[in-house]
Formats: sequence, structure tokens, C-alpha cells
Amino acid sequence: MSDKVKVIVTTGYGTNCEVEMAHACTMAGAEQVDIVHVSDLLDGSVSLLDYHFLNLPGGFLDGDNLGAAQAGAHRLRYARIKGTGQSLLEQIQKFVERGGLILGVCNGFQLMVKTGLLPRLEGSSEERTVSLTYNDSGRFEDRWVTCRANPDSPCVFTKGIDIIELPVRHGEGKFVTKDKTVSNALSENNLVCIRYVSPETGMPTQQYPYNPNGSEMAVAGVCDPTGRLMGLMPHPEAFSHGTNHPRWTRENLPEEGAGIRFFRNAVEYIRGNIL
Amino acid sequence: MAYRIEVALKPHLKDSLGDKTVKRCREELNAPIEAIRTIKVYLLDFKDISKDCLNQAVFGPFSDPVTQVTSLDRPLAHDLPFAPDWVIEVGFRPGVTDNEGRIATEALALILDREPAPEEKVYTAVQYCIKGNLDHEQVERLARDLLSNDLIQRTAIFKASDLERIWASGDNPLYAVPRVSAESAINVETVNLNGLTDEELAELSRQRVLALNLNEMKTIREHINLERIITERKAVGLGPYVTDVELEALAQTWSEHCKHKIFNADITYVNKEEGTETIIHSLFDTYIRKGTREIRDRLGRDDWCMSVFKDNAGVIRFNEKYSVAFKVETHNSPSALDPYGGALTGIVGVNRDPFGTGMGSKLIFNTDVFCFGPPDFRGTLPPGLLHPKRIFEGVREGVEHGGNQSGIPTVNGSILFDERYLGKPLVFCGTGGIMPNRVCEHPGHEKKAMPGDAIVMCGGRIGKDGIHGATFSSEELHEGSPATAVQIGDPITQKKMTDFLLRARDLCLYNSITDNGAGGLSSSVGEMALEAGGFELHLDRAPLKYHGLQPWEILLSEAQERMTVAVPQDKLDRFMKLAKKMDVEATVLGKFTDTGKFHCFYEDRTVAYLDLDFVHDGVPTLELKAVWSRPRHTEPDLPEPESLGTELKAMLGRYNICSKEYVVRQYDHEVQGGSVVKPLTGAMNDGPSDAAVIRPDLDSYEGLVVSHGICPRYSDIDTYHMVSCVVDEAVRNAIAVGGSLDLMAGLDNFCWCDPVQSEKTPDGHYKLAQLVRANQALYDICTFYGVPCISGKDSMKNDATIGGIKISIPPTLLFSVISRMDDVRKAVTMDAKRPGDLVYVLGMTYPELGASEYFLSKGAVGNSVPRVRLKEARRQYEALSRAIGQGLVASCHDCSDGGLGVALAETAFSGSLGMHVDLDAIPQDGIERMDYLLFSETPSRFVITVKEEAKEGFEKIMKGTTFACVGKTTEEPRLKFETRGKTALDEPLDDLKQAWLSPLAW
Repeated sequence: MSDKVKVIVTTGYGTNCEVEMAHACTMAGAEQVDIVHVSDLLDGSVSLLDYHFLNLPGGFLDGDNLGAAQAGAHRLRYARIKGTGQSLLEQIQKFVERGGLILGVCNGFQLMVKTGLLPRLEGSSEERTVSLTYNDSGRFEDRWVTCRANPDSPCVFTKGIDIIELPVRHGEGKFVTKDKTVSNALSENNLVCIRYVSPETGMPTQQYPYNPNGSEMAVAGVCDPTGRLMGLMPHPEAFSHGTNHPRWTRENLPEEGAGIRFFRNAVEYIRGNIL
Repeated sequence: MAYRIEVALKPHLKDSLGDKTVKRCREELNAPIEAIRTIKVYLLDFKDISKDCLNQAVFGPFSDPVTQVTSLDRPLAHDLPFAPDWVIEVGFRPGVTDNEGRIATEALALILDREPAPEEKVYTAVQYCIKGNLDHEQVERLARDLLSNDLIQRTAIFKASDLERIWASGDNPLYAVPRVSAESAINVETVNLNGLTDEELAELSRQRVLALNLNEMKTIREHINLERIITERKAVGLGPYVTDVELEALAQTWSEHCKHKIFNADITYVNKEEGTETIIHSLFDTYIRKGTREIRDRLGRDDWCMSVFKDNAGVIRFNEKYSVAFKVETHNSPSALDPYGGALTGIVGVNRDPFGTGMGSKLIFNTDVFCFGPPDFRGTLPPGLLHPKRIFEGVREGVEHGGNQSGIPTVNGSILFDERYLGKPLVFCGTGGIMPNRVCEHPGHEKKAMPGDAIVMCGGRIGKDGIHGATFSSEELHEGSPATAVQIGDPITQKKMTDFLLRARDLCLYNSITDNGAGGLSSSVGEMALEAGGFELHLDRAPLKYHGLQPWEILLSEAQERMTVAVPQDKLDRFMKLAKKMDVEATVLGKFTDTGKFHCFYEDRTVAYLDLDFVHDGVPTLELKAVWSRPRHTEPDLPEPESLGTELKAMLGRYNICSKEYVVRQYDHEVQGGSVVKPLTGAMNDGPSDAAVIRPDLDSYEGLVVSHGICPRYSDIDTYHMVSCVVDEAVRNAIAVGGSLDLMAGLDNFCWCDPVQSEKTPDGHYKLAQLVRANQALYDICTFYGVPCISGKDSMKNDATIGGIKISIPPTLLFSVISRMDDVRKAVTMDAKRPGDLVYVLGMTYPELGASEYFLSKGAVGNSVPRVRLKEARRQYEALSRAIGQGLVASCHDCSDGGLGVALAETAFSGSLGMHVDLDAIPQDGIERMDYLLFSETPSRFVITVKEEAKEGFEKIMKGTTFACVGKTTEEPRLKFETRGKTALDEPLDDLKQAWLSPLAW
């Protein structure tokens, strides 16, 4: 690969945040940003291995039928790339082995969790150890939440972020773990890279609506032990411009939206470590 | 024998669906229920699945090992955290769209690594496991009134203690698969119209649900008996009689829904008030089309209207690169029968309008306006009507699923309540799209199917869904309304199709595109044939959901998620390959021709052969009469209220005024990343925005303003003023956030009760006069403001006669507006910003409380209907747009339902700031009472806040308009009104806000 930062944003089968996610990557300084339909990956005309950074955007893969991203994860596992016999998930795993970055937002996070791409705790890479299930409210909700990044996390994307406001827009965002061992492992390794916090205290909270879905440990997002793979329910790409913020007419906000930081961190990491 | 998989949440996890159902059971049915857990059921109607594959399915796509437990061919109800008393299983009836079943079928096919046979499907159902001391009748009521809709669903009810016995029995009903069984042989009927008496012709129309009147039936008979026609038909193998395919196609094309016969009728309009009589040749031409023409002529070379009234949506120029298409539709009758499916179909259906406009547009926003009966209605409902709260919930959820899953932000809307919407709710769904100004070196808003182009149908398959939808919506509801009128949309099939077609568009693979909505192929192919000059369509080649559809049913079916595309033969191969690759079903059904014929085949035999001209222009013009005399209502004699504070809180808590946050939050209003002014705004993100602002192109600061106006109550006095107030409100809302009259376009959606005089409608002359006056007002105000109508729709039969009682909706116009902003950073929201800012009221207040929310709350109507003073209003809008453009306005709120009292309170509490107002300073004329001053609904007014330092600049710009500084915002969280130095109202902000927040906070 050349010295260009190359980003792929997937779409198709109900994904719907690909345009703003690609826009965020461009704003963050990536030289090449391609929106690619899953069918282009499946017929082999595009390969993930030509990219540094894979974005799995939000949306409703298969309409959330069978559970959010359930059918999507199944497709990645079973559908074969034309002429290779390899599944798309196998290609993603190869992409990860080669040092690529993955950011999954909302439905993309659900997909990462349901394919076992997150949290990839030691010794359990394929097995599903955490999940995202129905919000305690029983509803899809669109609202802005306050989050706080974990400064001790290995996560590449959240470096330098402290408190950040972002929108959540989901019905199945409640983070749950299989058991205590898993939640302990997540905490001990600082894989919980971003949490819902109370806007008043800045502390992680279980209180609705600050924790909008009832997530265990107030988890808004997690990363894998390398920090290069991250998923979160809030939408950083939806805060690309100051006017995205619900109170921009009341508060003096910078023109660039705070959500761009996630993408800039990724681009800078690629420049510093991969190119 | 099918396989049965059951899936439930692990016992330690909260079952939100179950909990929500318990809450509704208690609240709405007063049922003594302790707990409900839900179980998802998958019935796999597949042959021979190996044990290994079954396990892969159960523990793969069908369940989540972290959160769920499963069972295979065994009841899971025993593994719940409690022992249930009752089990209700709700599944679909045969042929009803089962989206989850379809996805499950696809998932299973991946495991089996083979294409499923046509009859192999997965069917889904939900089991409600109920703990509670209920008798069988109560459980039945629960199933019927809350958990299922008999039209589309089937239920099985049994005691949990019987489960073992049922499963052990040889004939377990839980394994009954809702497979559609092919019943009838394929058959094309011919209908002999000759020799039928008038009564017999009318009866034939009724019996076949054709909704054609006698004159229309006779016109068909005459045409089919023309010598030339007989000869031509003979030459293609048809006999002397009309076929059912032809009759159905004509009935559909000539339906009120498609041909707008009332809007195009010759009307004799008698105005008794003025003693005049005029003949109007088409309301549409005379008032709507003419108004738009005049505005475009005035704009001359700067005309920014690109395509009006001729395509599926209206199109205006947005900037050098893009144009915007906008359309609003209604889906009232289906939403009355199946609120969820009806509304879901409404939203995904209207999506296809801008999508199928010009060469196609990318969808960028949705808007929704709902009119329901009161949610707390306690009266007796006639059988066949659903409770308004159930309609509300179903419609809300349908639009939620349709809009959210399609990835289109729902940016604007409202919900109105009136008892007259009990019979028919109104469900307005609107969608905007953006298209490049140039597509494949042609103007993006134009299209032309060419003779020889292949007719390709893309997307979903055809079933009996929505057969007679177009004719049905042209009729009033009755007990026997057909269940097939109901469809359930499938947003994901549609999303896949739109992803594919946008790519095909940019690869220049087609010449024309349109959607399949009302009237199905008959309508889509029939309309595109006007571009080419004819068509040949092979009905037997259409992909079907199940066997047994008659040729006319294939032609007329309104099965959703389908677009028809004209593909040049030399691009057909590429088009079809791309479809296959992107997992979208596309089928060649025939070709466009220049023969002038509407020509359908079934297995190579001609089954319809009509002149295209006759199909499209043969419908005879209606001749109608309208008589206007002004209704007189009692002028109420209300005592002056003791406490204005109490009155204000009561007004804030009215269903028509209170917060709709419950609904708004469940709609994604910021997907696509261009949200600028959201539906909820202010210090706590819960203030009611007047309009939306979005940035459709993320690389630009240019913005699109979206707003609407609606106030059906004023129709009780005069529809002329109802319409002017509606248009004024839509315009005002757009101005309030930063839109301007320089580039603003409107859509008119008329929902009327039947205005044709008949035995059933003895007041038809008056209702038609209401329609005439509405159109006159629309022309007057639109041309004065320079806001052209670019598209619209009418729905004319919003009556329900059930159990001998006729309920007619109040004549309702929804006016939707789009406007352009140069720079979204200039947008303004409605919440007060800082303490110490100056509060202004713009516009004069008159004692206009006729049909106001305040009078309604006192059980009165009155006669002093609010009126628009056009000149003053326009001058004010122009000045305000300049002030906003110069950044002089801190907040701006439209003043409408509930008047100044409500607007001032909302401005204050949305900004979490108090306000101190001198009521005597408010510009007013003829007002004698403080309650009238606060609650009058005179249009064209705003509440504005301005920074102290912007005062001079603001007042200079507004000079020459009516406005006054009436007070200040305060740190102290109280709303204080004063008159003649005395306190008239003094309320804590929190109390006012709670009154406004709580009524619909379900």
C-alpha cells in the first residue's frame, strides 16, 4: 500500500449511516474513503485487505429481525466470497491479524459483538461472551447522552477524549456479559473504553435516561485488548459539525463536531504505526 | 411436518416487551395481570433438515447464547422465571407479510447451502405467557383488544397446564403452518355489460368493488361496443365483452384516488352569502395549478420550480448541484383497519414517490402528521372500530419501523386529536429526496421510457396485498371492508432495492422509473406507457408470493416495495446482473411500445387490450353542485376565569398542545448526520421546535427548512379561513427557524369527507362548498406569499358508517413547506437563551377565538374565526427573515394553538428561564379580556427574544411592522404577567412545564 490512509465503510442489507461515517473519515484526514456494498466484497471485486481502517456503520441490518445484527453476523460467517471459499468473517479476521483497525457504531457494534470480533478476550476469540439486548425502556430512543472515555484503556479511538456528548439511536443497546468472569476481565483490562455518565457528576451511571438502555457497568462501548477494534452504541459520526449538537444555538461550540476525534485518532494511529 | 424453535430471554433479564404489555393490560383493560414473559416462535416449514443444521440454526441466527434460552420441538413456557397460567400465541394469517419469517428463511438457506423450494418458508409467532387470575373470557379479550388484530393475525389460547397434553397429542395445533393454499383455477372472466339496466350496472360496480358510478359504467359499455374497438379486439383474440382484467384496470385508473374526479369536476358554486353563482371547471386547474403557474411566471428566469404536478413528487432547485423532491401522502383507511401495517405501508409507500421521481432521488427526510380520536376516549365504540389509543400506538410503531429502518430521519410532524377522527384516523406521511441536477448528462428531474425498453419490476413479490386499495380508499369504511386492503410494508427489502436502483441510476442503466403503489402494475406501467406510447405486459411472468392469483389480481396488486423501471435492451443484461449481485429480485415483464395500447398477456394470450387514451382520458367529467351559506354558531358567554394561571396550565395540558416527546424520541431524527434544528430543542432538549432544518449535503452550509401547518377546527366556521390559517402557519413555522419567502414551496394534502350530494350524504352541497372555499383561499394566499404548490394529494372519502352511525372527519388541509437557507449557522431555535434578553411579540392580536383550542376547552365554537391579514403578514415575514439572517434574533417561536399564553410559556420553560411580561404592551385591537388576549389564535404572530445589545438593530429592521417589546427573560424560574401594574399571572416554571409534559408521557 502507498502512504495514503485507506478507509472502507461498508453498506447494504439495511445499513444506513455509511455516508456520514465516510464524511467523518474524510474530515479526519483520510486520503481515500470508499463506501463499499457488502455484495462487492462477496463477489471479490473489493478486498478488505487493501484497506487500513474498516468502518461498520449503524443501521438496521436485515431490519433487526431475529435480533439486532443476528442475521448480519450469520451472513458474514456463512456467505462465501466468490472464488475463494472463504467467508467474509475470515477475511475480516485476516484484516485484523494484519493490524487493521475496526470501528463499529450502533448496528456495527452489535455486529462486532455478535460475530465475536469484540471483545476478543484472551482464549475466547470466536465465542460470544457479551451481547447487546433490548433497552430496559423497551423502546427505540433517539437522545443525546453524556459519555466519558476511560483514560487507561488501550483503545486507539478514544485517546485524549474525556467527556463527550453524542446521540444514541437504538432499541437494542443494553450491554450484557455472559458472566462475572467476563465482566471482570473487561474491567481489569480496561476494555470498557467509554461509559455513560451523569452530566452533573461525570460519574458512570445506571440512571435512566443518562444510561439510556440499562447497560451493565454503564458500558457505552468496548474495545479488544489491542485497542484497534472498538464498538460503541453512541454515534460519533453524527456529531461531525457544531450544528449537530442539540443545544448549539445556546452554547458556543467549535465548528468541528467532537465526534470527529474518534476518526482522527484512527487516522493518526495509522499514519504513526502502519504507514 | 414443520420444526418448531422457541426462544426466550434468560430468566434474569428484563423482558421489556412483556413488561410493556403488562402495563397496557392494566391501564387499558384493567386486567389483573401479575407478569408476562414473551417467547419468540419460529415454525420451519422445510423438508428434511439434518440435526446438525437444526442445531446450527437454533444456536446461530435464531438465538443469542448470551441473552437467550431456546428449545427445539419442546415448549419453553416451563423454563420461565414463573409458572404461567395462560398462553396466547399470536401468528400471522396465511399470505400476510412476515418480515422476520423472510429473514429467517434466508438465514436458514445459508446454513442448508441451497435455495429453498417455493413453499419452504419460516413463519414466526409470539407467545405471551401470562401469570394472573383471569378467566377464559378475559384472556380472549386481551388477545383480541390488545395483542392481535383479527384481520391479519391468528391467535391460539390455552391454559399453561394443558401444554403437556397439547404437545403429546398427535395433532398439535401449534404446528399448524399458515401456508397459502392455492384455491382457484386461473381464469379470465368476461363481463357482458350489454342489456344491463342502470340498476344492474350500478350493482355490478358495487359487487365487484369497482367504485365506478353509473355514468362511468355506461362510458365503458359504449366504448367497448364501438365498431373499431370490436374489430381491433377480435384481431388479438378477444371477444365482444370486456374482460375482468380490463374492467379492473379501468376501475383502478378511474378511481377517485388516481383520477381526482372531484377536484377535476365541473362545479356549480352557489354562494348564498353573496348571492352569486359561478361555474368552476376543475378546482385543481382553476386554483392550484393556476396559482403555481402565476408564481412561476413572476419568477421568470429565476423560476426554481423544476417539476410540478406531473411526477410522483414535486421538484425544486436546491443549489447548483442538487434539486429536492417532496411528496406527502395519506394512508387513512388501511391505518383504521390495521394501524401498524397501514402506517408502515404509508411511510415506506411515500418513500417511493420521491424515489420514483425524475430519474430517482436519495431520500433525506420524513415528516408525519397524525389525526386521531382522543386517546382517553371512554364512550362506546361501534364494532369494527379500534380504540383511538390502539390506533395511535399502532400508527406510531408502524411509522417508527418504516422510517427508522429505512435510515431516513423523521424531522417534523404533529399529532392532533378530535372525536371526529374516531371513524377514520388521518395518517399523513411525507418524504423528501435529493437528486443531482444532471443524471447521465440529462436533467435529473426528467425521464422517458422509450418504445422497446424492457419493463422490469424490481423489489418485492406480488401477493393479494392491497387488492382494490385504490378503489377502496375511494369508498367509506363499512363492516365488510376487505381484509386484503391491508398490507404490511417491508422496509429492508425496499432499502436493498433503493441501494441497488441508485447505483443503477448512476451507471445510466435505465430510462425511466416509477413506483408501484395504489393500482400496482396497472398504474405504474400504465403511467410510464404515456412516455413511450404503449406497452405489452406478460402477467404470468411476474414473481408471486404464492400461487393462485388471477391475472387481474397480479395487475392490480398493491404488494409493496416494488419499482417499475424502463431498461433499454442493450443495458438489460448489466442491469439484471447488478440486481442479482445486490440480492434484489428483478424480473422482465414485457416491453414498452408506441402502439397506443394497454396490452396485457397471460401465458401468451391477450387478456386486456385497451386504448391507452381511453384508459387515461376516457373518464367522464363529474358535474357537481356546491352551495355555501355561512353556519352560525352560538357565541359563548364565558365567565372571566378566576385564575389565568390555572387556565394556562389547563391549556398547556390539552392533547392538541402538550408535548409529543413520547413519540418524537422513538423516531430517529438525526440519521444521515445533517440535523441542524431538531424536533426537540432547548436547555433540556425537550422544547417544541417550530420547524426542522437539515443539511442534506454535508460538504455545504446550505440548509433545507421543513415545516407544516394544520388546523381543522376552523373548518367548523369557514374553510376559507381554515386554509389561509393553515398555509400561514406552515410559512410562519418555516420563517421562525430561518426560512425565507425567497425560496419556499408547498404541498397541499386535502382530507375531506364525501362532498358529493347523495342519500348517504345529504349535506354534500355544503361540504363541496367548503372544498371550493378552501381552494379559493389556497390560491389567494399562495400567490400572495409567492409560495407555489408543487405537488399534493386529496383523499375525499373520510367517512365511516358503522352500525348505522356516520362519522365524518372535519375538512382537513395539511400544508407542508420546504424552504432553503443559505447558511444553516444562521438558524434560530424557539427557546429563550439568556436571562435579561428582551421579549417581543410580533403581530397584532385580535379577539379571534372562534373554533380556538380555548373555546373548544369550554365546549364552544363561536364565530370569530382567526383571519390572515396578508399584506401585514408578508411584510413582517420579510423583515423577520432579514433580522434572523443578520443574527439579531436569539429565539423565535411561532404563536398558534393556544395563542400567546402558550407561546410565551413554551419559550420560557424550553430555555429554563423565567419571564416577566407586561400584557398591556402586547399589540392588540379590540381585546377586552385577559384570557382572550392570551388565548386568541390570530395568525401571523411570533414570540421573539433579543439580546439587549441587538435591540436597536432589530427594531430598525422591523420598523413598519406591528411589534412591541413586552418584557424580559429572568433568572428567577417564574412566569409573571402583569396588567396595569398588577400581577395577572405568576406561576413557577416547573408547574407550567409539568402540565405540558405529562399528558402524553406514556
